[in-house]
Amino acid sequence: MDFNLTKEQAMVQKMMHDFTENEVKPIAAETDRTSEYPAETIDKLFRYGVMGMGIPKEYGGAGADDVSCAIAIEELSKYCASTGDIVATHNGLCVGPILAKGTPEQKAKYLPMLCSGKKVGAFALTEPNAGSDASKGTTTAILDGDHYVMNGSKIFITNGYVADIFVVFAMTDPSKGTKGISAFIVEKDFPGFSIGKHEEKMGLHGSPTAEIVFTDCIVPKENLLGVEGKGFGIAMATLDGGRIGIAAQALGIAEGAMAEAMEFTKSRVQFGKPINKFQNTQFKFADMEVAINAGKYLTYAAASKKGEGKRFTKDAAMAKLFCSENAMKITTEAVQMLGGYGYTKDYPVERMMRDAKITEIYEGTSEVQRIVISSNIL
Amino acid sequence: MEYNNTDLAAFKNVWVFCEQRQGKLMPTDFELISEGRKLADELGVKLCGLLLGDKVEGIAKELGGYGADEVILCESELLKNYTTDAYAKVICDVVKDLKPEIVLFGATNIGRDIAPRCAARLHTGLCADCTHLDIDVAKYKEFLKTNSTLDVEASQWDMEDRNLKMTRPAFGGHLMATIICPRFRPSMATVRPGVMKKAEFDQKKADALKITRPSFKLEASDILTDVLKVEKAAKQLVDLIGADFIVSVGRGIAADVEKGIKIAEDLAAELGGVVGGSRAAIDSGWLSADRQVGQTGKTVHPKVYVALGISGAIQHKVGMQDSECIIAVNKNSAAPIFEVADYGITGDLFSVGPMLVEAIKAAKEAK
Amino acid sequence: MKIIVCVKQVPDTSGKVAVNPDGTLNRASMPTITNPDDMNAVEAALALKDNTGAEVVVVTMGPPPAEGMLRELLAMGADRAVLVSGREFGGSDTYATSQILAAAIKKIGIDKDDVIFCGRQAIDGDTAQVGPQIAEKLEIPQVSYAADIKKDGNSITVKRMLEDGFMEIKVQTPCLVTCIKELNEPRYMSIGGIMDAYSKEMQVFDYETLKDDPLIDPSTIGLKGSPTNIFKSFTPPQKGAGMMLEGADKNTCAKLAGILAEKHII
Repeated sequence: MDFNLTKEQAMVQKMMHDFTENEVKPIAAETDRTSEYPAETIDKLFRYGVMGMGIPKEYGGAGADDVSCAIAIEELSKYCASTGDIVATHNGLCVGPILAKGTPEQKAKYLPMLCSGKKVGAFALTEPNAGSDASKGTTTAILDGDHYVMNGSKIFITNGYVADIFVVFAMTDPSKGTKGISAFIVEKDFPGFSIGKHEEKMGLHGSPTAEIVFTDCIVPKENLLGVEGKGFGIAMATLDGGRIGIAAQALGIAEGAMAEAMEFTKSRVQFGKPINKFQNTQFKFADMEVAINAGKYLTYAAASKKGEGKRFTKDAAMAKLFCSENAMKITTEAVQMLGGYGYTKDYPVERMMRDAKITEIYEGTSEVQRIVISSNIL
Repeated sequence: MEYNNTDLAAFKNVWVFCEQRQGKLMPTDFELISEGRKLADELGVKLCGLLLGDKVEGIAKELGGYGADEVILCESELLKNYTTDAYAKVICDVVKDLKPEIVLFGATNIGRDIAPRCAARLHTGLCADCTHLDIDVAKYKEFLKTNSTLDVEASQWDMEDRNLKMTRPAFGGHLMATIICPRFRPSMATVRPGVMKKAEFDQKKADALKITRPSFKLEASDILTDVLKVEKAAKQLVDLIGADFIVSVGRGIAADVEKGIKIAEDLAAELGGVVGGSRAAIDSGWLSADRQVGQTGKTVHPKVYVALGISGAIQHKVGMQDSECIIAVNKNSAAPIFEVADYGITGDLFSVGPMLVEAIKAAKEAK
Repeated sequence: MKIIVCVKQVPDTSGKVAVNPDGTLNRASMPTITNPDDMNAVEAALALKDNTGAEVVVVTMGPPPAEGMLRELLAMGADRAVLVSGREFGGSDTYATSQILAAAIKKIGIDKDDVIFCGRQAIDGDTAQVGPQIAEKLEIPQVSYAADIKKDGNSITVKRMLEDGFMEIKVQTPCLVTCIKELNEPRYMSIGGIMDAYSKEMQVFDYETLKDDPLIDPSTIGLKGSPTNIFKSFTPPQKGAGMMLEGADKNTCAKLAGILAEKHII
């Protein structure tokens, strides 16, 4: 049993730390305030091979391991959870299923686009009436000769209005419930594809969330991902992987909030001494440290299992559940420690608290994670 | 006779390489001549300025006014613009002929280009960016008593030691080291500009200056670098070293850089001084590099140094701690800048700064 | 074309600095970084590689753990690395260091159109001497304080900064250039570079490797071969505590201004 990072993973950590410190941290507040997609940062992340980092070298990627991928998201999310989200979605939810289920032709066509080609990816499953219960989706894809005709809409799509390539789930046989769901690779330029409403969110302001709409959208037959009717399984497997990314994101948010609180309490003097000299403050940091380290082990262990090709559904769910709930706790505590200052936009902890909330909701709510975990042990 | 750099007794006199640019001497030259005078007196030898250039005899006299006994003048059209190749050849050739015991250079960009090249060719030691020089051990001990935490009397001293003791900051000023070059001559040092005090100019000494012209060989083929052009900076560079009042800003202005700089400018204007900055302020691109105070920037000793939002990393402190009066404003009461400050205010520079401008204005008017 | 970049691993003096009771630096307790100016030299080399396809070789003299730094430079895009390491080299001053590095560079080989890049100076010693001294030992021209470098054919044109302006200098290759931070913005490692870093070539040159070079002689390398010696090293005393003024309001400022006026400082 080896709990140490490999030399490469340690180097990824250092590189992503430096990148975040210099490129992400300085604009994080501005990104939050303006709700502007951090296009330049994402362009740089493509240039440095972070976007699509898990794609094998033969397709133009870096061939990075799953733990490195988690570390990259964790480091970015320490100061900008939005940037972490964009990368997590691209790597986990778009590259992930194409890499796992794509045909050699699909991989050869789409994977290079998703790394060296600088095309952003997204994942479209959720619908207005199908959130946690994905079987209630009403988007359809009906085969018509050499193509499918897709109709319906998907909501809360991360990277929605900036992505070029979407992995979309639609009913190819609405009579069969989850067994009628199929997965597709859809390009934004396909006829009949359009962007709907841009969401205004509580947090993650830099992450572009939108509705996407299919109106007799023509999807070539060869863009069916995997086998017809097996889409639900692909969606669930993709989310298993995606949850490691969200766990890493939540972990990063918590670490960022703790670091801010430590910095603040060092120089904030009340009752004649810096407030980090009070045991009350010190104990809170001790608890944060424990939770963050526990979350790290859960997250890296899930990523490591995924990399080894082992079943990791429960591990990913545990990591995501634990890290997201802790992110919420730690960011809330950080705001409390900063007091009135923490509640203002002069300090980043209020943003971190808003950003943390979503990690308990998307890619499976905490409740869904508990279903996944309990169904795996009972 | 073969040049032997280990025959220590054969070497005599103190030389200062006097840098000129476009026929004008550098301020550092006068500082070094003044300092070199003291060393030459301690050793009981001559102080010579070494001046290279094209038609520069006219500027030599001034060096005498600050204490040079003699100027060794090497003139050639090929020495008009500074090139490492030509200058290194001429300097090394005359050093080999005339064997000075000590050669000092200003630690300017040019001094720090030429000195190491010459030291490598002459196979001798060079100490970079010195801030203090001694010969006499007794004087050196006095220096240590006020400038170090060493228990000076507790250690053994060889009072007869006549090596040049070259003291310089290391590791960004966390440590000081005194370097000697005991086995080879000449002892060479580059000396940090702005540190050594310039002597009073003495016209009589200037008139008494002797100029000698050693023979040297220099051909165009000796020069492998081609100076295409020399340009002065378009904008006026700020003279931090000569300023009596400096208001510096640091990372503390990050919240509103423009406003922070404006406050510093207002305060500097009120005091009649200039604006400087810490390494953080320069590295972040808030101020130009010529305004940097500290180890990698300039060493200053103004009458008043005001540090606004500067935490006081040691790199910064070494560049300003010898200021006559230091005023620090910082939000963090534990900031190290307060360790060197004469007056400290724990507070936000954005509110304290403008109030300070008003208060100083009022105090001046009341006088 | 080949670009040899000399780099140094240094203690990070920007954070807390630990000093031993004897006045020497407690290196073990401090994190190490690649010397900042050297990063500009590496970037200059990689930028030239991007344009010309030149090979970039990074070389450092240091203890075996310096390999970690070299791997990071390989992850940035350097092609191969050389670690010059040996007990015999320890304690070298700038003169001795330049002898050893010059010998290592000769071993790597310098061709007609090769260049050597160094950082201007290292943050531990701040001497700026090793670059020019390597050039002297290799008998090639040098240009220090480079703020811009252009390569054309067998020459390069360098914008060399002065305190009050700059010079534009054309110099034949092979030559040595020392780089300043104004030259460029160093890139980060890339993920692809990191994944390849440990499979790239890393040579170790020890005393045995270099001993046949005339520059390598016990009398010119290491502590014994160094012309300069440390006579004393010491820590500067802390200045006595100043006066902390109570409050941060108008009265405080007025009080301070009053003191300054009284002492005729303003």
